[in-house]
Amino acid sequence: MTHNIYLYILTAAAVSCLIRILPLTLIRGKIKNPFIRSFLYYVPYVTLAVMTFPAIITAPQIPLAGILALLIGIAAAWKGVNMIGIAILCCAVVFICESAAAFIM
Amino acid sequence: MNRNKTAFLNGMRDGVPIALGYFAVAFSLGIVAKKAGLNPFQGFISSMLNHASAGEYAEFTVIMANAPYLEMAFVILVTNIRYLLMSCALSQRFDPGTSLFHRILAGFGITDEIFGISIGRAGALNPYYNYGAMAIALPSWSLGTACGIVAGNILPVSVVSALSVALYGMFIAIIIPVSKADKIVGGVVIASFLASFLVSRLSLFDSLSDSLKISLLTVLIAGLAAFFFPVKEEEEPLKHHTKEEPEYDA
Repeated sequence: MTHNIYLYILTAAAVSCLIRILPLTLIRGKIKNPFIRSFLYYVPYVTLAVMTFPAIITAPQIPLAGILALLIGIAAAWKGVNMIGIAILCCAVVFICESAAAFIM
Repeated sequence: MNRNKTAFLNGMRDGVPIALGYFAVAFSLGIVAKKAGLNPFQGFISSMLNHASAGEYAEFTVIMANAPYLEMAFVILVTNIRYLLMSCALSQRFDPGTSLFHRILAGFGITDEIFGISIGRAGALNPYYNYGAMAIALPSWSLGTACGIVAGNILPVSVVSALSVALYGMFIAIIIPVSKADKIVGGVVIASFLASFLVSRLSLFDSLSDSLKISLLTVLIAGLAAFFFPVKEEEEPLKHHTKEEPEYDA
């Protein structure tokens, strides 16, 4: 069965909006339950880590370029480079690697 | 009224660097959207309504997989759940008398960066500050997505290949500084890398879509981490997100 792209977008938008708006409108006090607090604390980092690896290796044409982009990106983030700087750096690493590979081959 | 205007203009000013960064990252997101079969208008609408890098990336993965709508709802819930936390934190910053309308509109505009700059404001938060930042950052994000869909196939393969990692660079920029400051998060991130790699390699999980794998791994790993390493009560779970604030809040 094929799905409608607009319905997909609306479903995603509706859930996103509810997530963003409900706490702001309903919850005024602090969340007390330690498990829920902790779970919510870890969720963003786990999601982003799972999305990044191994996808960053399979996204470029050459896996080695992706591995290098990951390592250099992590090193730059460790040194405190900002978000946009790291995004540009990762792109540059892949571009240079693949250009070099094309030149050699 | 005058104070609202000042807050709006301050929000726009602080939104400019965010908007510039958004355009570049949204462009690479547009390349993913194109792969999922979206046209520029659909990409624009999606980014205007959903405006979340990880969330939209997951959204396009679901569309690509032609998965059920319910899976879309679940995936978005899991990938965007951090906004729930940010929304909770923002609720503490508003004047208690802030109207429902302002709460809804400011809530709609929550992104990592807009949250980052607004949480750093002194005193009670004026929602017009958020509106100013939203007014400049969200259209830039949406236009970037649309341009990525249009220009993704004009660009040479080598450039598209290079841009395909921009989004992951942005994700790395979010997880690594926190991993450095909090060793437990660092361990959780390494465990997530390993688990994700294993799941992608084992044929046992081949029947699951990528987005479902991401969501299930998230619930499982974050649940285990919360069980074994509960965050201490006095710790403010959102402290890391506010670190970027001096960068913008001049």
